[in-house]
This record gives sequence, structure tokens and C-alpha cells, in this order.
Amino acid sequence: MSFISYLVTGISLGSVYAIIALGYTMVYGIAKMLNFAHGDVIMIGGYVVFVAVSNLGINPYVAILISMAVCTVLGVVVEKVAYKPLRNASPLAVLITAIGVSYLLQNVALLIFGSDTKAFTSVVTMKNITLFDGQLIIPGVAVVTVLACIVIMIGLSLFIKKTKAGRAMVAVSEDKGAAQLMGINVNGTISLTFAIGSGLAAIAGVLLCSAYPSLTPYTGAMPGIKAFVAAVFGGIGSIPGAMIGGILLGIIENLSKAYISSQMADAIVFAVLIIVLLVRPTGILGKNIQEKV
Amino acid sequence: MIMMSEQKKTKGKLKLNKVTKNDLITYLMVVIAYVIVEILLKTGNLSSLLQGLLVPLCTYVILAVSLNLTVGILGELSLGHAGFMCIGAFSSALFSLGLKDSIANEGLRFFIAILVAAASAALCGILVGIPVLRLKGDYLAIVTLAFGEIIKNIINAIYLGVDSHGIHISMTDTMSLGLEPDGKVLIKGAQGITGTPHDSNFTIGVVLILLSLIIINNLVHSRTGRAVMSIRDNRIAAESVGINITKYKMIAFTISASLAGVAGALYSHNLSTLTALPKNFGYNMSIMILVFVVLGGIGNMRGSVIAAVILTLLPELLRGLNNYRMLIYAIVLIAMMLFNWSPRTVAWKEKMAEKLKRTKKEEV
Amino acid sequence: MKMKKLVSLLMVAALSASMLTGCGSSNDAAGSSDAATDTTAEGTENAAGGTLKIGGIGPLTGAAAVYGTAVANAAQLAVDEVNAAGGVNGMQLELNFQDDECDAEKSVNAYNTLKDWGMQMLVGSVTSGCSIAVSEYTKDDNMFQLTPSGSAVECVQYDNAFRVCFSDPNQGLASAQYIGENNLATKVAVIYDSSDIYSSGIYEKFAAEAANQPFEIVSAEAFTADNKTDFSVQLQKAKDAGADLVFLPIYYTEASLILSQADKMGYAPQFFGCDGLDGILNVENFDTSLAENVMLLTPFAADATDDLTVNFVKNYKDKFNGETPNQFAADTYDAIYAIKAAAEKAGITADMSVSDICEAMKAAMTEITVNGLTGTITWSADGEPTKEPKAVKIVNGSYTAM
Repeated sequence: MSFISYLVTGISLGSVYAIIALGYTMVYGIAKMLNFAHGDVIMIGGYVVFVAVSNLGINPYVAILISMAVCTVLGVVVEKVAYKPLRNASPLAVLITAIGVSYLLQNVALLIFGSDTKAFTSVVTMKNITLFDGQLIIPGVAVVTVLACIVIMIGLSLFIKKTKAGRAMVAVSEDKGAAQLMGINVNGTISLTFAIGSGLAAIAGVLLCSAYPSLTPYTGAMPGIKAFVAAVFGGIGSIPGAMIGGILLGIIENLSKAYISSQMADAIVFAVLIIVLLVRPTGILGKNIQEKV
Repeated sequence: MIMMSEQKKTKGKLKLNKVTKNDLITYLMVVIAYVIVEILLKTGNLSSLLQGLLVPLCTYVILAVSLNLTVGILGELSLGHAGFMCIGAFSSALFSLGLKDSIANEGLRFFIAILVAAASAALCGILVGIPVLRLKGDYLAIVTLAFGEIIKNIINAIYLGVDSHGIHISMTDTMSLGLEPDGKVLIKGAQGITGTPHDSNFTIGVVLILLSLIIINNLVHSRTGRAVMSIRDNRIAAESVGINITKYKMIAFTISASLAGVAGALYSHNLSTLTALPKNFGYNMSIMILVFVVLGGIGNMRGSVIAAVILTLLPELLRGLNNYRMLIYAIVLIAMMLFNWSPRTVAWKEKMAEKLKRTKKEEV
Repeated sequence: MKMKKLVSLLMVAALSASMLTGCGSSNDAAGSSDAATDTTAEGTENAAGGTLKIGGIGPLTGAAAVYGTAVANAAQLAVDEVNAAGGVNGMQLELNFQDDECDAEKSVNAYNTLKDWGMQMLVGSVTSGCSIAVSEYTKDDNMFQLTPSGSAVECVQYDNAFRVCFSDPNQGLASAQYIGENNLATKVAVIYDSSDIYSSGIYEKFAAEAANQPFEIVSAEAFTADNKTDFSVQLQKAKDAGADLVFLPIYYTEASLILSQADKMGYAPQFFGCDGLDGILNVENFDTSLAENVMLLTPFAADATDDLTVNFVKNYKDKFNGETPNQFAADTYDAIYAIKAAAEKAGITADMSVSDICEAMKAAMTEITVNGLTGTITWSADGEPTKEPKAVKIVNGSYTAM
């Protein structure tokens, strides 16, 4: 019974990673950049909801919408100011700039909100599900997280397949130059991707803080890195890949904590990642691009 | 075809001379900086802060230069460089602490400790390199990050003690070592190593910088170096002329790792406590070193040296700003990147340089 | 291409030049401000006894910022109070607090910065690793060092270093004995932070002492700094092992998460913690009913009713946006008053050399008794404080003595 319990919490943790990983993967697929500041956008999203609900007394669901709006604007502004000027520069230069943005967001949050931990009131009101006479308890927030993750994934997949803007994204990610020649607004498409990715980050922030109710300026950093690993795990650039990668990562992390060593859980997660990449060098669902001479 | 290659050869030769001159300038720059600092030290004009920063500066310069070998010359993005530094730091500190009483001569002990650090980091580099170098691009980057984190995580869980029965190692806690009462715990898991002798100093640091620069520059100009760069520029072409890709990649990667180990030895012998925190050996540090390399110019050793010095000094010199210190640092970092890399500013810089050149010519 | 390289080189050169001049000017600035304070010191010396410069080091940014900020705030509060009450031996105290980001190397940099400023005594560092690294330097300079919260054994290994908080082994021992003597449980689970010196230090001693006590450790699970949000596995293991008491030798930030996750999974054992748990009731927006019945050994309680604590908490809240002081703040407040008491006893004057001050303070520290926020404290020459830990239980959202 405890095995199932570990599995359930693993899936719940993994779903949070998956939602964050979706943002990573979308941005990577289109802008070909690792947006290291993504985790910190999550933290900002969490703080916006915290302030709205706890300090201003706004309805939690409205607060989530506000938070999504703030994060979307933030994502687009960051893209315009820091990443766009470097579009044709070395990918490494963009990576370093993203790290600069990450430091910036952390320190802005530190100055505004202070360093002390804030306890986040869960916005999820669903009751726990008790099975087998209380032997197995599934937290309500876990159910909501998993559902949210599935809904977002399906929504995104439909958006990309069915809408014009979504198909433009695919085109830009395949070949920027050709897409431009076909009359696609490349800059606009990239901005849209950042907007969607950051909006998702706000949702991820709310779910992360609801499941693990503490908020500091550094809350987003480690989940961000883990989600990045999850995105690579599933095949970076692939939306179902991010989902599978995230959930697998959560399960592996929890099971290795439970059955191998709680101290070495991270080492085990990373070791599994390395093994997967050695067998499938572009991740589980990644496209294998043949190199041409 | 033949003519072209002939032409290239002569060009290459010419360039080589120029490159050698370029290297000499770098060495000279380091030596001059050393002399100036020594004079300031002797005359007592250097603040305690700067005195304390001298060895860390050397550490970061070596790290930046060694990472530049992987990133700039080999052309692979590594996000796990701090892991090798960590290996070097812990192995050398363990060596010095264990043999503190056996080897009385400080200089000799530190010399061997540095060799131990270089060897263990190189060994680790080989172990990591075998799987990692089969991957490409961002996947390679994430795997190096993963290895860096694994190294840190494992070191945080190691307990090592010595007693009359020999060495005991455990992965859980001190009690499970089962030491005799006279036993001594050397590595205490997360508490790391305490009591490393203070053997590092600025002179040794500068000598190590020069050595690293000489090793890397000689490698770059050697046959091996050209093979490595040909892999960077076009792997398939390099393979088709019979270059053993794995071997040359491995050589560059291992040298880079072992130099990082040397930097680790310098780091651990400058502080009496050594703990593997996310802050000093985690991916954050790896990224920090990468920032030095990218800001200084990928493949440009002198640039790495200068960038490492500037970016290490910057947060310390901003101490006057109190709470706004790290915020300003972040903004400066972004601004520097935009200024150095944005195509628009690059074009502007070129235009300004052109103007400068013209006015100079007119003056002449 | 060549041009571009040349230009970028020029750029770097220009940048470095500007940096160097920047560095030079900032040095000058430091020098001139030094000179300025020196002159004011001389100016006031005739009237009063000059100024005594106290340096402080701790993390003000980074993941441990919450502890460093508490120390910096409390130190400033205490210094202001002492100054308003006429200072020490007629001298005014001056505090300069530097950030070390919880990194040993940065801590040494901060120490050197303070030395340039003219520091005469050090309060810090806040965290153990940094404190040990700095003590290597204070020993060489013979600088008096009093760490409010560096709890690892090695923090006070040199005779110039003292501390206000309990040492880690001391807390582990006291906790194990308390649980055993009061028969709180027979099966105990431990959840600790293996990447933290404080937490693993307490755990080790606790586990060693448990062998002599009438209870058994049925599960000891660690977590690391990189993995401290999800505790469901650790809690599930404790639950499966049938533990009726969970020992938490960790800080309140993680403990608040553990409590809420235990609540979610319907697991309600007795929780028992050390002084790191103090502050849990003051986490902004935290549902204090989750902490009901939690026991902790702490020398300080923010809602104690003695005048000293009440005044301190009130002044602290007034000064720092309504934040409630925690254990770190209380230890620091006592540290400044210990310095005041020892300096008065030793007859320190502002014009004494750092080394002379240190020698005088070392002797005086063992002779003073401070009635502080964390109890009545005396020191022995090895730098360890003697004070009584109080066991408290959280009832109706506030501490109740047991």
C-alpha cells in the first residue's frame, strides 16, 4: 500500500515538473534557447497570487488570472528587452543573459518581499480522497495538479495543431528563415511563445505552492532545473515528451527516495537521465535529426 | 586545390607567429599584474579585501581558462565544470589533512596535493567523458550538469574516517563508520572537511595560472590542438580525414577537467572549511565560470582571464550598495552581455573603431 | 573579423580600465570615509570615549538570507539601544554588517572588507561553515569573535572565539535525554537535512545518545538542500515504521512544510524540534493550528511575558515592518549585550589595538553573566555558553512551558 502512496505523490510532484517543463520545451523548440529564468517566473507567479489572496483579499481564482496576466507581460517584456537583441548572437550569449535575468528576478523579489518564508494558502479546495479504510490517502491537490497537467497538455497540442498561430510556431521552430519567407511574423510568434510559456509558469507556480506551501525568492530555482531535466528527459521541443519526462522524473525521484536513499535521490535522478540519454541521445520522444555532410 | 592548401599553409604559418605573439602578451599581462600587486603588497597599499581576494582570483582565472578549453577550443558546452573543481578540492584537502603530520614541508605537501587534485579530476574527467562526449549540443550540456550535481550529491553523503585498522568509508553517517576510539573522521558528509592547512598563496596561484595558460596554448598550437579544433569546426570533415574523434575530444576534455581540479586544490587550501554546497560547487558555480568564458570571448584565453578578474571583483566592490548589490550585479551582467553580443552594438562598435582608425591615419 | 576581435579586446580593456579606476576610487572612498570616521572619532573622543567599531557577517542574499537578515536587524537594534543609553564606557558603538551569501569564501571577503573599515570586534558569522572559515583569520589577527548562531563544534575551536547559541552536539544530547526522561515515545523517527551542518550535527549526537535512552530510532530519513519541498516519502516511512514521535532537528522553513504535508496525509505523531524550529508560528500566513502540540527545546520564545522579551519583540516589530524576531535575532541581541558587559568589565577603550581588545575581552567573557533573551548566560574559556534550554509546547498557537 505504501508503494501506491509513493507512486501517487510521485505522479503529483511529476505533474508540477511537467507543467514547468512545458514552458521550457516550448521556448526551446522555437527560440532554441534554454530559458534559465523560467523557474523564477514561476516564483513571481506564486508571489502575485500570495499578495492578491493574503494581502488584498482577492478571490483565489481571480488571483490566478491576475498572476497569469502579470507573468505573461513579464515574459514578453523580458523577451523584448533581454533576448530579442541577441537573436542572431551565439546561443551561449543568450543562455548567459537568461541567467542574468534569473538573478535579477530573484533579487527584485528579495528586495520587495524580503527573505522570510511565506506560507502559501492552497487555492485548491478539493478534499483528500481516502481509499481502503484510510490506508491510502490521495491529497486533493495531487488530483487537481494531474488533471491540470493533462488539460494543459491537450489544450496546447490542439492549439499547435489546429490554429494558425500554433502552426506558425511549428514552422518557426523547423526553419526560421523559411517561415519568414512564407510570410510568418517570426518575432510575433516568438513573443507569443514566451507569453504562453510564462502564462503556464504562473499556473505552475500556483500549483507548486499549493502542493508545497512555502514561498521564498528562491522557490523557483530548483524546480526550474528539475523541470529542465524533465524536458530533456522527454525530448526537448516535444510537448507530450515534456509531460512524460516530468511525470517519470517525479516518480523516479520519489521511489528512489523511498527505496534506495533519501540523501542520494537527486544523484539517482540525474544518473537515470544520463542512462536514458545514452540509449536515446535525444530523449524519449525527441526527434532524431540525421546529420548531413 | 593543391595551390589553395599551399596558400593556407603559408597563411597558417604567418598566423602562428602572430598567435605566439598574442600568447606572449597574455603571459606578460599576468606577470605585470603580479609584479604590480606584489609592489602594492610590499608597500602596504593593498586593502585587506583585495589581499584576501588574490587567491580566489587565481582560482577563478584557472577555472575560466580551463573551461574555455572545453567550450572555446573543443566547442562543447559544459555545465558541470564545478564538479571537477569539487573533486580536486576534496581529494587534495583529504590528502593534505591525512598527511599533515607525515609530510612536514608545506611546499612539498602542497605540490603533491596539487598533483593529486589534477590526477583525480583527470580520472573523473575520463569517466565522465566516455559517456558524455558521445552526445551533442544541449544534450551534452545537460549531461555535464547532471554529472556535476551527482558529484556534489555523492560528496555530501560520504563519511570517511581513519583509525588503526585503516580507512573506513560510509554513505550514511559517522556512527556507521565503526571507528576505534582513537579514530579520526576526515570527511563528515555535509560538514565536509575542516582543518585543511592554509597552503595556497598568491605566488603559487600566479604560477599555476601561467602553467595552465602555457599548457592550453601549447595544446592549441600543437597537432593535437588543430585536430581538436577541426572536430569543433566540422566533425564529419575531420572524421573523413582520419582524425580519431573520440580520442581528441577526450584529450581536451580531460586536460580541462584536471586543470579545474588544480583550481579546486587552490580553493580548498585557501579556506579551512570545505563543504560541497549548491553555492560553491553546484550548477550555479559552473554557470558562473561559463559567464567568465562567454563574456571574455569564447576561445579567447586572455579574455577569460580578464573577465574572471572583473566579475569576481565586481560584487565585492559593490559592497557599498548593501541590499542593492546583487541586483546591480545582475543588471550589469545583462547589460554587458547585450553590449558585447548584440549585433546592433557590435556593428556600432565596428563603425566607431573604423572612425578611430581613420582619424588615427589622418593624424599620421 | 580581425577588426571585430580588436574592437572587442579594446572594449574589454576599456571595461577593465574603468573597473580598475572604479576599484581605485572605491578604495579611496573607503579610505576617505575611514579618515572621516577617524576624525569624528577623535573629535568626539574628548567629549565621550570615541566609537567602538563592531563588524557583522551573515547571509543577506541567497537561500539563507532569512537568518542573516534577522541577525543584522537585531544587531542594529541592540546597538542603537546601547548607544541611546549612553554607550559602552562612554563609547558609542558603530555597526557594519556585510553579506556573505552563506559561502565561506565570500565570508572571508566580508571579513577583509570589515578589517579595511577598521573593525575592532566581530559578531558573526551567522552560519557554521562561514564561521569556521572566518575564525581561521580572526585567530591570525587575534580579533575577538562572538558568533550568535554558529553552532558547529569547530566554530569556537580557537580561544578568541565565543558563541551565544548552543552547540549542535549539546542540542542533540539534550533532546534525546528530554525525550527519554519524560517517556515521550518508544519509537522515534528522525527527518534531518543531511546537507546542513547544523541539522546533521544534531542528528548524529541524538542518534548516538538514543542508544542510552529507553526509545528506539525506527526511521532516520534525510533530505538535501536541493530537495526540500517534498517530504511525503520521509513522512510515509515514519508512519509505516510506526513512529509515535518525529524528531525534527531542522529549521522552521522546512518544518512548516513537513507539518502541512503530514496533515494532508493524515499522520499526526508528536513532533519534537530544537531551536531551529523557533519562528514557525511567525511564518507569514502559516496556519498555526498545524503546529499545535509541537514540542521544542529553545532558549527563546517570542511570546514570553518577561519585560525584556516583550520590549525586544515590540521594538523589533516597530523597526522592521512588523516582522517577529526569531531565535537568531534573540541570540544576536544577547551577543551585543554580552559585548557591552565584557567591554565594560575589561575597561575597553576605542583607541586600544585589536589584539589588546581581544585579550581583554577573552578574560572578561568568562567573568560576566548576561541576563538575556535566551536565558541567564555565562561563558567558559573554551567559548561555550552555559544556559538552560527551555522545553516548550505549542498550545493554542503560542508557547507554553512544560
